[in-house]
Amino acid sequence: MFYRETGQFKTSYAADQSIFPILQDKIGVLLILAIAICVVPFVADNYLLETIFVPVLVFSMAAIGLNILTGYCGQLSLGTGGFMACGAFFSYKLATAFPELNIVLVFLLAGAGTAVVGVLFGLPSLRIKGFYLAVATLAAQFFLVWMFNKFGWWTNYSASGVISAPPREIFGIVVTGSGATPVVKYLFLLFAVALLALVAKNLVRSRIGRSWMAIRDMDIAAEIIGIRPLVAKLSAFAISSFYIGVAGALWAFVYTGSVEALAFEINRSFQVLFMIILGGLGSILGSFLGAIFIVLLPIALNVGMLAIDSTISVALVSHIEFMVFGALIIFFLIVEPHGLARLWQIGKEKLRLWPFPY
Amino acid sequence: MVAAARSFDEVLLEVRRISLAFGGVKALTDISFDIRKGEIRAIIGPNGAGKTSMLNVINGFYHPQEGEIVFKGETRKAMRPHKAAKQGIARTFQNVALFKGMSTLDNIMTGRLLKMRSNVVLQALYWGPNEREEIRHRAFCEQIIDFLEIQAIRKTPVGKLPYGLQKRVELARALAMEPELLLLDEPMAGMNVEEKEDMSRFILDVNEHFGTTIALIEHDMGVVMDLSDRVVVLDYGRKLADGTPDEVRANQEVIDAYLGVAH
Repeated sequence: MFYRETGQFKTSYAADQSIFPILQDKIGVLLILAIAICVVPFVADNYLLETIFVPVLVFSMAAIGLNILTGYCGQLSLGTGGFMACGAFFSYKLATAFPELNIVLVFLLAGAGTAVVGVLFGLPSLRIKGFYLAVATLAAQFFLVWMFNKFGWWTNYSASGVISAPPREIFGIVVTGSGATPVVKYLFLLFAVALLALVAKNLVRSRIGRSWMAIRDMDIAAEIIGIRPLVAKLSAFAISSFYIGVAGALWAFVYTGSVEALAFEINRSFQVLFMIILGGLGSILGSFLGAIFIVLLPIALNVGMLAIDSTISVALVSHIEFMVFGALIIFFLIVEPHGLARLWQIGKEKLRLWPFPY
Repeated sequence: MVAAARSFDEVLLEVRRISLAFGGVKALTDISFDIRKGEIRAIIGPNGAGKTSMLNVINGFYHPQEGEIVFKGETRKAMRPHKAAKQGIARTFQNVALFKGMSTLDNIMTGRLLKMRSNVVLQALYWGPNEREEIRHRAFCEQIIDFLEIQAIRKTPVGKLPYGLQKRVELARALAMEPELLLLDEPMAGMNVEEKEDMSRFILDVNEHFGTTIALIEHDMGVVMDLSDRVVVLDYGRKLADGTPDEVRANQEVIDAYLGVAH
């Protein structure tokens, strides 16, 4: 009843091409942003911020990155963890080697460095596709994590192989390392993720995004139209790796404050891959939904089980958690293979007609 | 009704002594013909005659072992398809080759890709020069949408469209490239009579309105004879005949190839 586009006529192409052509969507997103900025920091306690909001934001960034590559350009990658590690260690080296450098610049440079690495490991995509490419990106995953583990230079020769993010300030407020307060971390991440998500949305609805999707849907026809597969695929690798690298840097500097290379093992790659598959391939919104789902589900299961029976053993809880988690993923993939973003779309279509059946 | 024969002088594309083989299989043998600016040129022949191979050679998918192609006075032996696109050769496929996950409008907009100039930074910012460019090209695509009468489906994902409409969207995408030479590979395959009539009208309109040179492969002889200015006939990778529809129709070798000969 409230979600009607009737009467919202577009009189210019600009209006028709805006990100949220439907007024209610625009209001909804602005409302969510307003709540996220004005309400959440005051209402949520530190535990909630540290365990849910901050990781969701970091994962959203990584998921957007992988979605650009896999969801939009159709290149399957299992190297996400390795690229996140790149971002984390590059930014660590930069931040410690040049303490005066602004931390935002450090993150951007680390992202750019990861983009270069991504392009290098993306080169095989020009020859191989699908599962074979996934195996090739596995090489990136294992090699990168091995490299950061093996050479002490990356960790400034820390004995444990753990890097601790140095405290850095923006406008006199500490945002990185263990000294930053959860609220500051949250707001900084919110700002960064919102901004970069907007950039990603702009890219995918522009020329470059269309060239990625063309390559994804039919590479032969794309070439006929004048798209160079080399440029399209490698630009997807570069931009995707940039996002994933920034996510890795944020992970190390803002989310955890200290990290070792093993935190970016193959499991991390799978986690992000699940996020975009469950959230929706080829959808920026889906990246967020997937990140929320994957971060929230284990916590919800944990809390739920403890609420039912508080005497239950912790080991059992974590076992059941794994089983239910797996079952739910399978269930979701069967019910809605196009992910949560598609469910959301179906919901919206239903909402347009509500309360009438058709 | 048969329109008066049109005549064309300027050669747009010339195929010179092309031979193409896949291993021991000779797909094309020593084929030469030309396509003149502004005409509708048909390539016909029985199944396996090498028609599609010929188109693939022209737009750079196959690289012939012998011979060369002259397009707009530029001689080449082999090139990549995206280079051909840049030079102004557009193409549709026998089995529709659309981007299934994208809307009709986005599919057509991909045809404008080569004409768009914004760099990545401008695209990331979107608003400003990039948006103006998007709108300019959108306006052009909307003209094509109007022209091909597909306004109602502009926001529909093409995967959901019926076959006939998909063919039309594919034509729209090729037109969005503003090609000088349009290659149509069986534009009417699998269509019913009404759809064929629509498509024929569109092809004639495109030729007339935009002045686009068209080379088409088609099996429906009625369509070929009505539409085309000149016809080239292939059989087993060789050129059998070349001329106006009437000449080709009267050619004994062509009749033999189509109807078979007693041995």
